[in-house]
Amino acid sequence: MNGFFDALLLSGGYNAALVTLGAALLGFSAGTAGTFLFLRKRALVSDAVAHATLPGVGMAFIVMVALGGEGRNLAGLLAGSAITATLGLLSIMWISRYTRLSEDAAIGAILSVFFGIGIVLLTVIQSISSGRQAGLEDFLLGATASMLFQDAVIIAAGGIGTALVTLILRRPMALVAFDADYATASGYNIARIDFAMMALVMAVTVIGLKIVGLIMVVALLIIPAVTARFWTERVDRVVWIASIIGALAGYLGAALSASAPALPAGPIIVLVSAALFIFSLFFSPLRGIAAAAYQHWKFQKRVHLRQGLLALARAEVIHDALTLATLRRAGFIRKDGVTTESGRAQAAKAARDEHRWEIARRIHHDTALTGRYDGLTPIETVFTHDEIAEFDRIIGKPYVVS
Amino acid sequence: MMKNAALHNTVLDLAASDGKPVRQSGISHSPLAVRGLTVSYGEKPAIFSVDATFPETTMSAIIGPNGAGKSTFLKAALGITPRLSGVITFFGKPLGEIRHRIAYVPQRASVDWDFPATVIDVVTMGLYPRLGLLGRLSKSHFATAHACLERVGMADFADRQIGQLSGGQQQRVFLARALAQGADLYLLDEPFAGVDAATERAIIDVLKTLKAENKTLICVHHDLATIKDYFDYVFLINVRKIAEGPAATAFTTDNLQHAYGGRLAQGHLEQLTLAGGAGFA
Repeated sequence: MNGFFDALLLSGGYNAALVTLGAALLGFSAGTAGTFLFLRKRALVSDAVAHATLPGVGMAFIVMVALGGEGRNLAGLLAGSAITATLGLLSIMWISRYTRLSEDAAIGAILSVFFGIGIVLLTVIQSISSGRQAGLEDFLLGATASMLFQDAVIIAAGGIGTALVTLILRRPMALVAFDADYATASGYNIARIDFAMMALVMAVTVIGLKIVGLIMVVALLIIPAVTARFWTERVDRVVWIASIIGALAGYLGAALSASAPALPAGPIIVLVSAALFIFSLFFSPLRGIAAAAYQHWKFQKRVHLRQGLLALARAEVIHDALTLATLRRAGFIRKDGVTTESGRAQAAKAARDEHRWEIARRIHHDTALTGRYDGLTPIETVFTHDEIAEFDRIIGKPYVVS
Repeated sequence: MMKNAALHNTVLDLAASDGKPVRQSGISHSPLAVRGLTVSYGEKPAIFSVDATFPETTMSAIIGPNGAGKSTFLKAALGITPRLSGVITFFGKPLGEIRHRIAYVPQRASVDWDFPATVIDVVTMGLYPRLGLLGRLSKSHFATAHACLERVGMADFADRQIGQLSGGQQQRVFLARALAQGADLYLLDEPFAGVDAATERAIIDVLKTLKAENKTLICVHHDLATIKDYFDYVFLINVRKIAEGPAATAFTTDNLQHAYGGRLAQGHLEQLTLAGGAGFA
């Protein structure tokens, strides 16, 4: 446990501090760029893009070795992965645009073909002498133990860069995600904006290869955005919350993995963000499951109370157990089912309100107001005292509850 | 009579295509002029060789049966749907030069209303092209957006999430977004589809005010009963153009029969065109 706190405070050693900061920045940029991917409903494209980085890694290694250089240079490997990822992305866009295949079919095909090529290349590299210790398979699941300072610099610069570009493009990307036809009519080039969005996603994927690996990076793009959606109804805030959740997951996950010798950073980071997601899913006051259940329960109680009062006013027999319980708890009927004093008063008021609403709908022309009649809203919250007095005048005689 | 007019236009077009531009004032001033527009999904044309010249400062209706290409016509004019052929000009100029004077109100059903945005967020989208990439939404931008919401009677809903609105309220928000653009030409795709009576009245009031402010409005419209009440000019389409002209002369039994085929009963047609529609509302 001490190791964890040391890592949290960046005092768990040089490498751990580098990884923790790098992961936090990666999480931040993944949350930012991933939000638009999620809003555009293109999450799966990023999975294909991530898998399409692998052949690039292999090819870059071969080229760098062939040129007599150091095959494991991170900048070179990432550049290679960016090239094949772009090819994969363009192939998907081309297939779904110019053939009758849908995008999901294109994603499936491109993902497996590129990944297959990548695995073959990696196998070939393993079999040649200089490739034996290349450690390229680390890019599948990420490996932080061997991270160098210059690697961290690349990740940090890339993370800050993508986050900045995403923020600059946030309005066009949000508009395209919400209403592509309107965006076109307003002069935005949809294909270009979509490509920019995917390029940002690709950049995050590439800089994430070292820490979380290509299989898990998709989770880091999507989970923070989906989690943030639970907490707000506005795009700008989704972006910020997703960035913070991503950064938090990166930071905590990397610190956790640094605290024990055999914990891989990538999967732990993803699990931390998944934990935040599950927490939000249940406990978000806005869209969480618990809040929805509570709202439903409250609404049900209101309906039963109102139904019960109207039934009392009409002197009907109430059979519904929940209605009876609700009335009893509100003190409107006694345990033996007899209506109390306050119950009679409230029943009379409910019946009168119902009658007033009826008049309101008949004589009032503003249907925006009368449209708020749902059988539950008190009439005083919609109409003024004068208007209600007018309804009462039309009703005429004081309303009597039999 | 209408056919002759159409033929006349075609002759002018032929003259125009052999090199010398023919300045036909009707076309060069028209807020939306379309020549030889063909749009096709696969091999089946959705719109075939359609000409249209909408007059300025009027309310025009595009009418025709389901699948006649009404919405496609608007989308092709705005470059949303690619066209196979055709020349389209707005106020005598190509779309790219004059986009800021045009506002589009898409069909309500075309977007995902669970999108994380409030009413005011959607209205300010109408200001995005003005802002550029680095501009910020200022107080005056929000004041503009609020004024537009006021016009459509939705000012109280500015901070509501858009998914919580009724269909009619969503439609009014879309109209407010178009108003925020401050355009001269409004292209509306079925603005009255599936809205309540209060919304229909609110929208038509706004549209009539816009017309009084010398704006031009072109609506895809499906309710034949309200044509004569709402519109000055009609354009009938069923893949090909059937007729266009002032509602008084072009909205005839013959033209409707031609556009809708057997889908409207003869008696119903005559009632629509003679009674002026008021009795059907």
